[in-house]
Amino acid sequence: MSAVSPARVPAVIEFANVSKAYRRYGGRHFATLKSALLQRSLLRDLRPSEIFPALTDVSFSVPQGSTFGVVGRNGSGKSTALKLVAGITKPTSGRVTVRGRISALIELGAGFHPEISGRENIYINGTMLGLTKREIQRRFDEIVEFAELQEFIDAPVKTYSSGMYMRLGFSVAIHVDPEVLLVDEVLAVGDEGFTHKCLDKFGEFKRRGRTILLVTHSLGLVERFCDQAIWLDAGQKRAEGDPKRVVGAYVTDVERQEEQFLASSDARTQHEVAVGERRQEGPVDAGEAAMDMSRAAEGRWGSGGVEITDVRLMNDQGQATHVFHTGEALTLRLQVRTTRPTSDFVFGVGMFNAEGVCVYGTNTDIEEHEGDRLDGAAEISLVVEALELVEGTYKLDVAVHRRDGAPYDYHRLLYTFRVKSRLKDVGIYRPRHHWEFSGGVKFKRTV
Amino acid sequence: MWHNLAQLARYRGLIQSLVARELKARYRGSVLGFFWSFVNPLLLLLVYTFVFTYILPARFKNPDGQSDMDYYALFLFCGLLPWTWFSSALLEATGALITGGNLIKKVLFPAEVLPIVSVLANMVHFFLGLIILVVFLLIYRHVPDLPGLVWFPIAVAVQLVFTLALALLLSALTVHFRDIRDLLSNLLTFWFFATPIVYPYFLESVARFRWLFNFNPFFHLATSYQEILYFPGPVGHAKWLLALGGASAALFVFAYWIFDRLRDSFAEAV
Repeated sequence: MSAVSPARVPAVIEFANVSKAYRRYGGRHFATLKSALLQRSLLRDLRPSEIFPALTDVSFSVPQGSTFGVVGRNGSGKSTALKLVAGITKPTSGRVTVRGRISALIELGAGFHPEISGRENIYINGTMLGLTKREIQRRFDEIVEFAELQEFIDAPVKTYSSGMYMRLGFSVAIHVDPEVLLVDEVLAVGDEGFTHKCLDKFGEFKRRGRTILLVTHSLGLVERFCDQAIWLDAGQKRAEGDPKRVVGAYVTDVERQEEQFLASSDARTQHEVAVGERRQEGPVDAGEAAMDMSRAAEGRWGSGGVEITDVRLMNDQGQATHVFHTGEALTLRLQVRTTRPTSDFVFGVGMFNAEGVCVYGTNTDIEEHEGDRLDGAAEISLVVEALELVEGTYKLDVAVHRRDGAPYDYHRLLYTFRVKSRLKDVGIYRPRHHWEFSGGVKFKRTV
Repeated sequence: MWHNLAQLARYRGLIQSLVARELKARYRGSVLGFFWSFVNPLLLLLVYTFVFTYILPARFKNPDGQSDMDYYALFLFCGLLPWTWFSSALLEATGALITGGNLIKKVLFPAEVLPIVSVLANMVHFFLGLIILVVFLLIYRHVPDLPGLVWFPIAVAVQLVFTLALALLLSALTVHFRDIRDLLSNLLTFWFFATPIVYPYFLESVARFRWLFNFNPFFHLATSYQEILYFPGPVGHAKWLLALGGASAALFVFAYWIFDRLRDSFAEAV
C-alpha cells in the first residue's frame, strides 16, 4: 500500500461543506401544464414542495494518486457523492472541485443502442466519454479483447447477455484512460475471472498514479485496496481516514442495527405466538420436528406443566445479543417454571439455518442427563464454547418435554441469531481448521 | 450560457455519430433497410397523387389566376416534405430528454445534444425525400427556375434554426410538464392545416386573412419552398424568409437560455 500523505500531494477531488438536497417536484400530484396555467402557478410548481437531503455538509479531499473508498448503507448518499464528482448533478451548497479527466463507471453501457453492433457502440460510447475517433481506433482491439467479445463484436448489442453488455461497457469506460476513475459498485459485472481482470486494471491505474474513487459494499475490497476511506451515513460523514478503521466503525454500526432489527422482529413473533392459539398439537419430538422443517412455521405449544418463561442469547461477556461472529462463544439461557414438582423432564434445543436445515439438535436426555427433580423456577444454560458456523441467520427451537416426547412447552423457531464472518466460506458447519503449507508453495499475503 | 453554446461545437463528433446511430438503428432488421427513407416519401407521394387526382380532384388555379394548376401532388410535396421534417423532429425532440434519461442521469452528457440529434436525423430524411421530389419534378419536366434555387439552402437553414429553437425549448419544458407531448401532437395537426401545404398560399380565402397567416412562421417557410421548387417566376417571399431567419436566430438564443437555466434540473426530474 502506497503511503500517501494528504498534506504534500495535491487534492484531485475536493468536497468543501457540500450539501445536496433532492427536490420532489409537485409532491404527489404531478405538476402539469394545465394546473400551472390555470392556477398561474408555473413558477410555484417549478419550486420544490418537498426536500430530501441526500448529503449534508460533507467535506473530504482525495489526494492525487490515492484510492479512496466510500462505504455506507443503501441510501446513505454514496452515489450522490459520486454524481457530484462526475458533474452530473450540482451541489445545493458547498463546493466540489475536481481536477483532471474523469471517467465514471456508474452505469455501464448507458447509451448503448440495442439495435446496432458492439463495434459501432464502442465508437459512439467512446465519443460520449470524450474520446476522439482516432483515439478509439487506436484502443479498439484492446477494448474488445478486454471485454472478451472478439467473436460477437459485430452482432447487435441486443443479442448480448447482460454479462457481455456490462463487460463491454466496463471495457470502454476503463480504456478512456482517465486521470480520475469513479467506480460505483460495478465489480459485480462478470464472472470471477473478469472481476480479477478489473482489479488488475485498477491496480495498474494505481501504479500509474491515477486516482480512484471507489463506492462499494464489498468491505474487504476497501480494506485491501484503498489508501483512505470515508463512511457516509444518512448523508453525513461519520468517519474518515484509515480504511481498516473506517470499515471497522461501519461494520460495528451495521451490527448494532442488525441487533436491533433481530431483537424487535423476534419480540414481534414471540408476541404474535403468545396472543395466538398456543396450546395446539404439534410434532412431538425434536427428531420429528426436524424432518418437516420446510413446512414449519413459528409457533408454541405444549401441555403447560412446565413453562419456558424466558429465553436469552448471550455472548462471552454475558451480554444479550443476536449477532455473533464465527468462533465466538454463545450461551443460550432458559428460565423455566413448573407448577408442581416433576422428575420427568428433558430440555432440548434445535438450531436451523435459513434453508431450514437442522444444523444441530440435542437435548439433556440424549446427552444422558437424567432428570431427577424440577421444582419452582430454574435456569438452564447451553454453553456453546465456539460457534463454528458459516455466516447466516439461524433460528432456534427450544423445548421442555417429557422423556416420552410429549411437550410441556415447545417454542418453534421463535429465536433468531445471526452469525457474521469475514470470510465467505460456505456450507452448514465450519469445522475449526487452519492451513499448513510446505515445499514449493508460497502465497502473496494472508487475508 | 455563451460558454456552453461555444462548447457545442466540441460535440460535433458526438452529434455526428449519434445521428448516424439514429439512422442506422431505425431501419436495422427491416428487409429494405435504408431504402425505406426513399420508399416512405415515395409511397406518400403516390397516396396523395391518387387521392387528389381521382377521389378528390383538386382544382386550384395558378398564381396568374388563369390556368389550372398541373401536378397538384408535386405542389403538395414541396410543402409536405419540410413539414414532415419539422413535425417529426419536434415530436421526437420533445421526448428526447426523457428517452435519453439514462444518459443524463448516469453519464456526464451534454443534454442539448439529444434534441439536436432528433432535428438533424429528421433533416437527413428530409434530404432523402427531396431526392424523390427531384426525380418526379424531372419526370414531369416541371423544372423550377434556376436563379430561384439559390434561396433553397437559405430556406433550409432558416427552417433548421427555427426547428432547433423549438426543439430545445420544448424538450426542456417537457421534462417538467409531460403534457406537452400530447398537446404538441394535436397542435401540430392544427398547425398543418393553418399552413398553405394542401392548399396554395394565393387563394383568395388565404389573402383575406393574410395578416393572420403572417404570424405563422411555417407559412413563410412553406410558401418559400413552393415558390422556389414549384412555381415559376422570382421568389417573392424572400424578404419574409430573411425576416423569419432573423427571428429564428433570436428565438434560438432565447430557447438555449431557457434550456441552460433548466439544465441542472434534468438529472433529477427526468
